[in-house]
Amino acid sequence: MKRFAGFLYKEIYHIIRDMRTLIVLIGMPVVQLLLFGYVLTNEIKDAKIAILDHSKDEVTSELTQKFLSSGYFKLSRELQSENEINTLFQEGDIKEVIVFEEDFARKFEKDGNAKIQIINDASEPNTANLLVNYTNAIISDYVRQSNRTSTAAPGIIPEVQMAYNANLKGVFMFVPGIIAMLLILISALMTSITITREKELGTMEVLLVSPLRPFQIVLGKVAPYILIAFINVVIILLVSNIVFHVPVRGSVVLLLAESTLYIITALSLGILISTITNSQQVAMMLSLIGLMLPTIMLSGFIYPVENMPLPLQIICQLMPPKWFIIIIKNIMLKGVGFTYVWKETLVLLGMTAFFITLSVKKFKNRLE
Amino acid sequence: MVTTESIIHVRNMVKKFGGFVANDNLNFDVYRGEIFGFLGANGAGKTTAMKILCGLSLPTSGEIKVAGFDVYKETNLIKRNIGYMSQRFSLYEDLSVYENIRFYGGIYGLSRKLIRERADFLLETLNLSDIRNKLIKDLPLGWRQKLAFSVAIFHKPGIVFLDEPTGGVDPITRRQFWEMIYQAAADGITVFVTTHYMDEAEYCNRVSIMVDGKIRALDTPEGLKKQFAAATMNEVFLKLARNNQSV
Amino acid sequence: MEKNAVIAENLSKSFKKVNAVKSVSFGIGKGELFGFIGPDGAGKSTLFRMLVTLLLPDEGKASISGLDVVSDFRKVRNILGYMPGKFSLYQDLTVEQNLNFYATIFGTTVKENYHLIKDIYVQIEPFKNRLAGNLSGGMKQKLALSCALIHKPEVLVLDEPTTGVDAVSRKEFWEMLGRLKHEGITILVSTPYMDEAILCDRVALIQDGSILRIDKPDEITKSFGKPVFAVKSDRTHDLILDLKSFRGVEAANLFGNQVHVVMNNSDVDAGQITTFLKEKGQTSLDVREIEAGIEDCFIDLMINKS
Repeated sequence: MKRFAGFLYKEIYHIIRDMRTLIVLIGMPVVQLLLFGYVLTNEIKDAKIAILDHSKDEVTSELTQKFLSSGYFKLSRELQSENEINTLFQEGDIKEVIVFEEDFARKFEKDGNAKIQIINDASEPNTANLLVNYTNAIISDYVRQSNRTSTAAPGIIPEVQMAYNANLKGVFMFVPGIIAMLLILISALMTSITITREKELGTMEVLLVSPLRPFQIVLGKVAPYILIAFINVVIILLVSNIVFHVPVRGSVVLLLAESTLYIITALSLGILISTITNSQQVAMMLSLIGLMLPTIMLSGFIYPVENMPLPLQIICQLMPPKWFIIIIKNIMLKGVGFTYVWKETLVLLGMTAFFITLSVKKFKNRLE
Repeated sequence: MVTTESIIHVRNMVKKFGGFVANDNLNFDVYRGEIFGFLGANGAGKTTAMKILCGLSLPTSGEIKVAGFDVYKETNLIKRNIGYMSQRFSLYEDLSVYENIRFYGGIYGLSRKLIRERADFLLETLNLSDIRNKLIKDLPLGWRQKLAFSVAIFHKPGIVFLDEPTGGVDPITRRQFWEMIYQAAADGITVFVTTHYMDEAEYCNRVSIMVDGKIRALDTPEGLKKQFAAATMNEVFLKLARNNQSV
Repeated sequence: MEKNAVIAENLSKSFKKVNAVKSVSFGIGKGELFGFIGPDGAGKSTLFRMLVTLLLPDEGKASISGLDVVSDFRKVRNILGYMPGKFSLYQDLTVEQNLNFYATIFGTTVKENYHLIKDIYVQIEPFKNRLAGNLSGGMKQKLALSCALIHKPEVLVLDEPTTGVDAVSRKEFWEMLGRLKHEGITILVSTPYMDEAILCDRVALIQDGSILRIDKPDEITKSFGKPVFAVKSDRTHDLILDLKSFRGVEAANLFGNQVHVVMNNSDVDAGQITTFLKEKGQTSLDVREIEAGIEDCFIDLMINKS
């Protein structure tokens, strides 16, 4: 125990002596969050849309009204026929076209299958994606409201993803993603770098030759980063709550516990990387390209998994951040308890156990 | 051939880092064609002085000319007229012998034809023609050091700076290396060299010994041994540096 | 002296293309100061890494205080002090923090074994709050040695502790090793500096992964068997060329301001060499028969091996 404490002290000295890195580690989450938050909210203010209304009844005009009063959309053109749509997009000014089918009100109230076509300029996939989500959310909101007054079946199926995000703020969706990304960055990148640094310095030789067991070396090296990563989670939650009013509807304790589990997953990935390389540079490349990039691309953070081709979807299932994002979205935005996320937690736990076993096995007692 | 023409001219050179004086009022001349040994304990200020002379760092004060150029204003001209080799960095390990030569020739703006001619001659004299396409990392250390020296004087500079060029090299290669240094000096290149091997200090025409940022002794090896009543340069060095250990 | 502190039998190790260590055997007695003398790339570091349990030998075996370096590697690690080629110090920790750290990971305290490092540590103690990265080469070397000693190892393995360190610090370092020997610690040290051989009890001359010779330094020089002359003149460079043309000369090498000439027979005396050189136009001649040094022997062994 005393050996371990000594080891821990040394790691803490390393971190404190390197103030610049520490400031970046603590400051980065805030900067990232503010960037994502503001860029997103600005991006979708007053997006120009066109509407083609084949029905022109009371429901379509109410819906149109609702779209335009949301603050996200601005009506640029009212169209007369489908032929105009293509030229419109070619001009490049319009971001979205909404088409109501004929006899909309009747189909909505009686049959419950009224169709709205939402056509987007997919050359900007992120914006398009968000606009679709917002449009869907407004529609489902409308459906919900009309359900209260009428006894008829709901007419349009709401998009689940946005249903709980009542304020329709993009930053809500991004907070879980940013947490997932930053924890990978800090935990995996920093541990793989700190271990490979000892290899580069030659100090690892002496540590290995000492009576310390490999798991003691690893544990001593990663423990401080668990703490830093944990502090980061708290900072992100605080900033997103204070600046963007993102709520934590579920249990904070559960949220922090799940985050700790994910931190450990990321740390074991970092250790794994450090076992297969001897240089800080390679460790950094592996962490950034092998972990960060997939976290951003394949976790559902930016691109919805459902829209991907099947092979990619399968890969997505293997990404720890994917499961973590589901868990914290559920806790933060839906406010559910452990009974709703135990399956995902179990998956994450399994992955963590696998990576830890693998990295401890691969961490060598010797230089080869 | 040693001349009396000063090719490195140092007067009142001072270099301070904050309150710490790394070079304390150095004065010396190195003459064209000379092999000049620049000795000193670790931390005595050798590296600092060498960096200034190579145009890599500015002195705090003093008048310094290298190959006739001013170290304050004409560092680019200095760099064009010197060669540099150190134990730590010399050649790119993942490039072949010939690629290294071509690269360094290119840096100094030699024409392709000239690079090819000189490279052929160099590889011939070093007996390396057969392995010109081998990677540096596959060569024994001794060969690398000899090649690194040849590359450092490939552009026929006026002065070549050698920073511990023979560290860790086997005794036979070490002597072959010094024969190359003699040859370079005979061809008119001035050699400025640091070493921790005291027997190598004897091979120099003149030797300076730095202690705590100052030059404490400067003479021929024979002169120094007489001055300090010592049998070898090692004794001279120990007598000078022993009680002046710097941190 | 018992030869059981360190034993190696036919140790071999190869990496991809290179045979770094080729079937090396030796025995080192308890309390012996044993030197491995050879240039960089001779295989010294690889050999040491096998002994300190960091590399597995391809063939052969080795033991430290009777403990096998492969099967008993945990026990070996407890009784070993190791200083790798690059001084293994944390540049961003202070002198004192480095020492404390190495003491704790070996489960001891600085206080407990202070007597062992006292002589060395007092010289750097005034700077105990300085970061290790800001020390000079000689000071780093002393701190690294203190760190390797702090758990009172039975066997101390020092990989090139004097490389790149100036002559004064090197001398002091060897004096420290001499004192540690009296504490009963077995010391293995590697160095590329031939002149350090005479400071060891016994040495192994090593080149290209093989041991050329193991013996006491003075035994090695005494058994050289060929006459050696030290020759001085005022034109050293030509002197070598002139000497190489003399009959019976096996080798002529620069040693400082002299040339050492090795003859292949003993029927030549200093006078004959002087006369020959005078005819060649050499002046200020000084020719003396001398005893061979370690470096003469090393060069001779290198030539005769290849």
